[in-house]
Amino acid sequence: MDTVGLILIRGAIVIVVLLTAFAMMTVIERKMLGYFQLRLGPNRTGPWGLLQAVADGVKFIVKEDIIPRDADRLVFRLAPIISVFTALAAWSVIPVGPPIEVGGRPVPLSIADPPGGVLVVLAFGALSVYGVSLAGWASQSKYALLGSLRASAQLISYELSMGLSLLGVIMLAGSLRLGDIVAAQDRLPFLFLQPLGFIIFFISAVAEASRIPFDLPEAETELVAGYHTEYSGMRYAMFAMAEYIHMITVSSMVTLLYLGGWNGPAFLPPVAWFGLKVALLLFVFIWMRASLPRFRYDRLMDFGWKVMLPLAIVNLLVTAVAAALWA
Amino acid sequence: MSQVVKSGEFALDLDELKVAGEGDRMTLSVGPHHPSTHGVLRVVLEIEGERIVKASPEVGFLHTGIEKTAENLTWQQAITVIDRMDYLAPLSNNLGYVLAVEKLLGLEVPPRARVLRVLFTELQRMASHLVWLGTTAQDVGALSIFFYAFDLREGILDLFEEASGARMNPSYFRIGGLARDVPEGFVDKVAAYLDEFPARVLEIRDILNDNPIWLDRMKGVGAIDGEQALALGVTGPNLRACGVPYDVRKAFPYAGYDEFEFDVPVGENGDCYDRYVVRMEELIESHRICRQALERLPDGPVVVDDRKIVLPPKHEVRQSMEALIHHFKLVSYGFDVPEGEVYQALESPRGEIGFYVVSRGKNKPWRVRVRGPAFYHVFALPAMLEGALLADMVAVIASIDPVFGEVDR
Repeated sequence: MDTVGLILIRGAIVIVVLLTAFAMMTVIERKMLGYFQLRLGPNRTGPWGLLQAVADGVKFIVKEDIIPRDADRLVFRLAPIISVFTALAAWSVIPVGPPIEVGGRPVPLSIADPPGGVLVVLAFGALSVYGVSLAGWASQSKYALLGSLRASAQLISYELSMGLSLLGVIMLAGSLRLGDIVAAQDRLPFLFLQPLGFIIFFISAVAEASRIPFDLPEAETELVAGYHTEYSGMRYAMFAMAEYIHMITVSSMVTLLYLGGWNGPAFLPPVAWFGLKVALLLFVFIWMRASLPRFRYDRLMDFGWKVMLPLAIVNLLVTAVAAALWA
Repeated sequence: MSQVVKSGEFALDLDELKVAGEGDRMTLSVGPHHPSTHGVLRVVLEIEGERIVKASPEVGFLHTGIEKTAENLTWQQAITVIDRMDYLAPLSNNLGYVLAVEKLLGLEVPPRARVLRVLFTELQRMASHLVWLGTTAQDVGALSIFFYAFDLREGILDLFEEASGARMNPSYFRIGGLARDVPEGFVDKVAAYLDEFPARVLEIRDILNDNPIWLDRMKGVGAIDGEQALALGVTGPNLRACGVPYDVRKAFPYAGYDEFEFDVPVGENGDCYDRYVVRMEELIESHRICRQALERLPDGPVVVDDRKIVLPPKHEVRQSMEALIHHFKLVSYGFDVPEGEVYQALESPRGEIGFYVVSRGKNKPWRVRVRGPAFYHVFALPAMLEGALLADMVAVIASIDPVFGEVDR
């Protein structure tokens, strides 16, 4: 059995790994964008610019923390905390590999593995809307308000198709536990059984993470910075942190649900396979940022409700019929 | 239900204050420090949700008094401030001004200078359109195009630097010709640049044209028809996008443009997409003109042979008393320009830029009035923006290509 101590240790490890991954992601994204865009990216801090994250961190911490005069001070302070908390909390149920043996006892490679793991991740994803919309509301700024309205509308509409496309996977696996879903893919990743579901889920995931081409809540050229226009210093960094962790979370979810999780040829350990697949998806995120323009708000909603949702329903129906016939 | 607020003897019916249709309106002040207003434009928007009901542009934040400053400089010195108006197309400004003054003086520049002027203004047009392309793509969210376009423009700026010593504000043209001849090997460098140019432009065009999101953001956005555009004083690529084939280079040829072969691309719908297409084709047309200019570049002097206007060569100054006097006079006083007034229009990358120059027979201009095309474009914005979405605003502002140095002067 898990002891409280073990759970706490795993929690600490997850948080440290995630925050490091966030810091590395910012540097790697900037380096990659640099190469995409005929330039070098950060290269002054440390070898290959790798210490840029440290420099940024120091900068954010020592920057003045400005709260607008008319802002709702409590909510203004609370919003980034909610964002980071929900982003981190989703990781409490995400396993990165099969249970391992430590000192003769099986230790799961996730903080917890409840039977409804998928739902927990979805729930925390949905809760992250609060951080964004409260931030925009509390700032008392029109740009921030518009950004947060966009964010709420966008996240809610894409959550639907995300949930529906995911039901297909759950039907095939017959379980809501992430470990079971991965185990069900030991022969064939669900990517091949649910290609449409995979596409819908991935697009929704990009929208969930508010990344280009769905970065409307913070559309720099239109809304200055959207919901975090009025934030500065560490609070601003917390939103960035939440966004990047969210990106890692959705990449992990895509990996677990469609790419076979940690399954892979035996020459690499399962955790490495998991990491590789997540890294590949993160690269796709950056790749899209380098090449795609931004959707227009009304088109985004049209796309979400008129294309993605019907397709997700069709996918669900077809999967249900096929699963019923096959069983 | 009518709501009445009472205060002492006064009673105010709140319903009377309501204006029809204005229930959900919000006023949003965009700029002058907004990331996508291309400098210092302020647009006061009235929006309902994300839809723009009314847009009122406000300019003047970059007013530098260039027209007034020019009145206090000698004719030749004024070129440097004229340069700094439209900082993305300084050589077009230069050309308009020097042509106007040359008209007053009755000067005819030597053929080499004329062809080099065309070459440089067309290179300038390419540079300016590339900035436009990069910033527009960036405003719509396509980050990489910005760098591709700026990298390509870098080559042109390097050529300017080679010839004039400056990248952004070359001040290369002079009344009576050019500041100096192009350096040795310059023609080869231009040719090498022109060789690689079309492929790279087409590459950028392919990236954008194959992208449904880009097309979606540009097509049908910010459209005005030709009549409206003419009424608003819109010129240049923005007018041609509406289907009006007006190009000063063809309509009122100047600086020997009638010797060159080129087409005037026109659009149909006058929307952002057509403005984009017209500018992309103009890049290729400018490239064509540059090629022709290189082919027919004659040898010879690049300044007129008139010691009253142009500094005598250094070796003459050292040997001839008369040349020394000319040198001294030109440097300290400049030269007088006969009384008169003249209007010279030309096609800058943004549209018809007009120089109305008045001389009272002195060594300084009495008045230099500039018709900046972007000024008119900015005030065509309300017609393009009303009914559009907030996200369209950035695409529309970017697509008309305003440069505020020139709008505010």
